[in-house]
Amino acid sequence: MTTLTTPARRGEDDARPRPLPWRRMAGVTWRQHRIALIAVAVLLGALAVYLWIAGTSLHNAYDAAVACHPQSSAACQGLDNTVSGMDNFLSNGYILQVLPVLIGAFAGAPVLARELETGTFRYAWTQGFGRRRWAVAKLTLLAVAVTAAAGAFGALLTWYYQPFLSDHQFLGLPRTSPFAPGMFDLRGVGFPAWTLAAFAIGVLAGMLIRRVVPAIATTLVVYVGLAFAAAGFLREHYLAPLLTANPNANLPGNAWIVSTWWTKDGRVAFGDYPPASILNQFCPPTSSVKGGGASEGWGPCLLQHGYTMWTSYQPTSRFWPFQWIEGGWLLALSVLLIGAAIWLVQRRAA
Amino acid sequence: MDVVEASGLGKRYGRTWALRECTLEIPAGRVAALVGPNGAGKSTLLNLAVGLSAPSAGAVTVLGGRRAGSPAALDGIAFVAQDTPVYKTLSVADMLSITRSLNRRFDQPYARARLEELGIPLKRKAGKLSGGQQAQLALTLALARRPQLLVLDEPVAMLDPVARHDFMATVLAAAAADGVSVLLSSHVLTELERVANYLILLSRGQVRLAGEVDDLLATHGQASLEELAMTYLRENPPSEVTR
Repeated sequence: MTTLTTPARRGEDDARPRPLPWRRMAGVTWRQHRIALIAVAVLLGALAVYLWIAGTSLHNAYDAAVACHPQSSAACQGLDNTVSGMDNFLSNGYILQVLPVLIGAFAGAPVLARELETGTFRYAWTQGFGRRRWAVAKLTLLAVAVTAAAGAFGALLTWYYQPFLSDHQFLGLPRTSPFAPGMFDLRGVGFPAWTLAAFAIGVLAGMLIRRVVPAIATTLVVYVGLAFAAAGFLREHYLAPLLTANPNANLPGNAWIVSTWWTKDGRVAFGDYPPASILNQFCPPTSSVKGGGASEGWGPCLLQHGYTMWTSYQPTSRFWPFQWIEGGWLLALSVLLIGAAIWLVQRRAA
Repeated sequence: MDVVEASGLGKRYGRTWALRECTLEIPAGRVAALVGPNGAGKSTLLNLAVGLSAPSAGAVTVLGGRRAGSPAALDGIAFVAQDTPVYKTLSVADMLSITRSLNRRFDQPYARARLEELGIPLKRKAGKLSGGQQAQLALTLALARRPQLLVLDEPVAMLDPVARHDFMATVLAAAAADGVSVLLSSHVLTELERVANYLILLSRGQVRLAGEVDDLLATHGQASLEELAMTYLRENPPSEVTR
């Protein structure tokens, strides 16, 4: 052992040894968790190959369709249709939604739960490395490994989805908002951030529940709740939405419409849908004004009677700010959860 | 030097005291047996000594004043827990490698030689070993750390007689050859007859008797450790301490 620099340490113990180097935990973590790490790599690797093949043909077809002239020709329509038919990769990405929580639950929940369930924590926490440093090193290494793998896969997903988010509306592709659930959290920093959050939830659940299978189940439930809360309630409030009257003229193509309401004479008249009294007064549902949507039926009719339609929305340009806000709070949450797990490791009685 | 020193040590789980008012000093160089019926607080005392749990009252230090569970204490104590837990999915070689990484000292040649002697293949998964082999593996890992104090919690409870004998032989050899102090708990008194020269008798969470075996036998006029313990437990029913 090298004893190059051993500055005098003042501590509670005179014979306090120098802590063992952190790097020693790399081999320990690998040996103990290589099956989980290899499983994550194989799963993401296989999907990445599939995504790469599907993405290459999608990008090629897209480029051909964009370059085609004149757009109205039968040949170009055929190319457009080819691209349109390609948007069903793994059920439009909905299957990919389960990846972060699967990785997080199966890689995260057993880390501490298995030690507690099988009693091996009595071995691990009485070795010379020390239990707090053991937990810090192991959880940090695994969190970084899992997040890095998810980050690489997220970059590939971002590339894959580019054609669906372009402005080339002449294509028959559905106009997809980059904020749509399934689009937002699979792209950019969303994918690794949600994977890290699932891992952190799994780690803490494992420490609290002390059994592998219930900890995995709890992780799935908590994660789904958090994902729905984020998509349904939190995300739209990251930045104050922009406001526009007369949406047909001003609203950018695939902006995220947060809410709509109608006013008359400066006062709020109603929300999404007019009450029967207003409809009967101004736009009775005759054969010419059908019940339909605001854009065709009663909408234009009410505009003529002095009503104004307001729309609050998040423009597409806010995609990256929103990504960093969501990535930021998920990272903070993950650090907090893993920190809580480490604190519990340190204070838990046998 | 005392390998374990407890003063007023107590541990409470909820409203029940698993260990109360425990004051004792175990000198170095002994094979100390911690005996008592099930639920007497043996595991609680050992867990406190190795720093796996924190005291509710009092204090415990090890190896001459090191706080239990501190880095310096962990460095000098090797603990083999009840049911000798090993990572079942890892190979014996992996267990060696992990234990080596997690400790300042690890005598790899000793560990390999010992496992070969025992006929435990390095490539075998730890979970595929017999109960006796798992116990021997855990003990080998602990001894290869070259500890000053070896703590064993009910080490032979799950083993058959032959495995018990082999296990205890390894412990005694280490104590004799390397001067390792040993603290082991058991509720099987006959096992300890041959090995222990220091005795701590626990019952209902309190220390009833502690001292050198020879002194205790002479003082109490008993022929064997087992008789001494049995007589003492019968004559001093611990009912007055229950609450």
